[in-house]
Amino acid sequence: MIDATTAFPPARGSSGERLATAAVWSSALLVVGVSVWMLGGLFWQGAGRINWAFLTTEPANAGRSGGIAPMLASTVLVLGVALAVSVPLGLGAAVLLAEFTDSGSVFGRLVRRSLDVLAGVPSVVFALFGNALFCQYLGLGYSILAGGLTLACMVLPVLIRATEEGFRAVPEDYRRAAAALGMSRTGTLWHVLLPAAAPGLAVGLVLGIGRVLGETAALLFTSGYVDRMPESLLDSGRTLSVHIYDLSMNVTGGDANACATAVVLVVLLLVVNAAAGWIARHWMRGKRISE
Amino acid sequence: MSAGSYFEVSDMSLHYGAKCAFESVVMSVPRGEVTALIGPSGCGKTSFLNCLNRLIDLAPGARVTGSVRAGGLDLYAPTTDLLALRRRIGMLFQKPNPFPLSIRRNLELPLREHGIRDKRRLEETVEHALRDVGLWEEVKDRLDRPALQLSGGQKQRLCLARALVLEPEALLMDEPCSALDPLASAVVEDLIKRLRGRYTLLVVTHHLAQARRLADHVGLFWMLEGRGKLIEWGPAGQIFEAPREALTAEYVRGRQG
Amino acid sequence: MSPSAKDRLLLGVLRGCAALAGLLVVVIAAFLILESVPAFRNVGWTRFFSDPAWHPAPRAEAGQFQMLPMLAGTLAVMAGAVLLATPLGVLSAVFCRYYAPPALGNAYRRLIELLSGIPSVVYGFWGLVTLVPLINQVRPPGASLLAGVLVVAIMILPTVALMADGALAQVPQEYLRAAAALGLSRWTTVRAVVLPAAKYGLFTGVMLETGRAIGETMATLMVCGNIVRFPQSVFDPVRTLTANIALEMAYALGDHRSALFASGLLLLVLIVMLAGAAEWIGGEPARD
Repeated sequence: MIDATTAFPPARGSSGERLATAAVWSSALLVVGVSVWMLGGLFWQGAGRINWAFLTTEPANAGRSGGIAPMLASTVLVLGVALAVSVPLGLGAAVLLAEFTDSGSVFGRLVRRSLDVLAGVPSVVFALFGNALFCQYLGLGYSILAGGLTLACMVLPVLIRATEEGFRAVPEDYRRAAAALGMSRTGTLWHVLLPAAAPGLAVGLVLGIGRVLGETAALLFTSGYVDRMPESLLDSGRTLSVHIYDLSMNVTGGDANACATAVVLVVLLLVVNAAAGWIARHWMRGKRISE
Repeated sequence: MSAGSYFEVSDMSLHYGAKCAFESVVMSVPRGEVTALIGPSGCGKTSFLNCLNRLIDLAPGARVTGSVRAGGLDLYAPTTDLLALRRRIGMLFQKPNPFPLSIRRNLELPLREHGIRDKRRLEETVEHALRDVGLWEEVKDRLDRPALQLSGGQKQRLCLARALVLEPEALLMDEPCSALDPLASAVVEDLIKRLRGRYTLLVVTHHLAQARRLADHVGLFWMLEGRGKLIEWGPAGQIFEAPREALTAEYVRGRQG
Repeated sequence: MSPSAKDRLLLGVLRGCAALAGLLVVVIAAFLILESVPAFRNVGWTRFFSDPAWHPAPRAEAGQFQMLPMLAGTLAVMAGAVLLATPLGVLSAVFCRYYAPPALGNAYRRLIELLSGIPSVVYGFWGLVTLVPLINQVRPPGASLLAGVLVVAIMILPTVALMADGALAQVPQEYLRAAAALGLSRWTTVRAVVLPAAKYGLFTGVMLETGRAIGETMATLMVCGNIVRFPQSVFDPVRTLTANIALEMAYALGDHRSALFASGLLLLVLIVMLAGAAEWIGGEPARD
């Protein structure tokens, strides 16, 4: 790789050059400044309220005081439903696209194209769809199940793409070796390809978890915003992100707890994203060296 | 025909980290003549060439010691203006690398960069440069088409024209014909011959016949104990007819490398 | 079961998964169309653009269904955010690769990745408690088109910055070597060689961020003020199509609900058109 910072000196004494350098640096500084302003502000105001009691008690006074235990539980449940549905489906689709479809096949191209469109569909459109199909036609009402199913549809493209890349990263030799041993395709898939493609699956999974945790609009009218501890998947449940929205928009004096909840959510997401980065860097690299 | 030397290389070595690419090269490249650097691949010729316009700065971890003067200017002095330096010493690469822009823009870009804005003058210079490399008749109707649509040989001639518009004093060429088919290669070789006298030309090649046809002076690089060395250096007649080193004799007779 | 029968079963199951995943977008479109039918039949699509205002009611004849101000809100927020975020994002990527020392560039990239993972409701919350009061001091009410533009711009900036960074990384090294050998300065190299060479990647990044800006719900819902009116200035509150759905879906019935689905369909059409335009304009020609 060429290190451009040493390879291309700025022109001496050129005012255009100086202007460009100033513009580039000030853009970067602006972005850093806004990030620090936003994240720093959130943590500054919110972190102090977070303690064990905040995480384990029910909200009181419409959320102005008390904790976020039911929201954590609902978030975990919605996440569980979404993954339980989308992972098998996404894995199956990814295996088909990566292992059993020629790159030129019409079916493969159609599925990929449609997944690309799906990835760009706004979350509020998923919400409309989820409300119509799961809440009304299937009669699930505002429930964690309906919310989870809606999010399963949403994360499917992310999951499939990452998993498919995981399969494509598996060296061709593995497949040839397995075929030479007379293994069936099913056997090859289970015992050779799936373990080798696991990092891709893991990255997809982590990205999917990130999207589910942060999603709000798609849940507003699928899983709803009842703030009690859910007792079954058919109960309505309020996730952390919906809690932030509701406290800040509909509850005067809810900002402090909204801010603390936002900090909890951001920290959760940071952990998840760090995990994704870690898997992508270390696990994949380890695999490549061992090849 | 020699009017003194253009490049004065004294005791120059290049290291990438702990690895030595070549060491202790001493050479003076005559002004206005064609000098060929020959030798097997991987013996430091291309790295050496890259040290002469400081393009070696692009390689991470490269460290140059010793000194090089070009037309009296110390290349590695801390005060050297890198941009002005590279303007004075042009370069042609092994793989033709026109920018993904139009033919005209490829030539105008370096001109504008170096302060020529006048439209008439730009057009004249572009035409002149294209005529110089025999490309004008082939492309005059499609100057605004993408340069990447040209054939390999045309691309390489465009790159040559792009280097020449800046009116450099010297031109470094890194195996300029090896990525081209024989016909295109012959065209580029002819051009190099025509440039003799106007520019100081330094050509890396591992095509011995080409070196014989082109060069006034020849240097042989060789890998000894993992380090590139300049084995022998002298007029073409000496290298090809009466080499002083046994290794040179074997190489030019085709027994080595 | 014999191995080959197992293989056939497996293939069948996998085909089923892929077909289901591929059909999902069709199913979604079908549901939106199905649910919008009552609105199109009872209200009629011309009334979406010709009614005096947006005062929806469960029965078509009792309400007014003018959507244009909200479409204008969506487009205004999108245009402003894209205009702000694109240069900042591209310059951010240029900073990472051509101006910052490598260690700083990597740290900066990490920050952008971090920003890209922050959910829109958090951006919205920050905008609501920080930006809106600030704008309110300049010109009340604060919750405004300007607030929406700023928050959405910050939100989509990581998308375009990361895409641009990837596109710059793909620029062939031979162009950089040629530029260096010609003595081109840093900014000329970036402006005249690198950015044109990366234009397809940059274009894709802009299309992606535009899609996100159109579809963004929470941030606009929280900071735009949600008043259905054509904005006269950037300080006026607006309501976007997405925010409208989120606001009214919870209680909408009958034709009103159906009209919301119709507006969702409109959003979907906008997104598909955008993807189509991206493909049509930005299809990268094969390089030799």
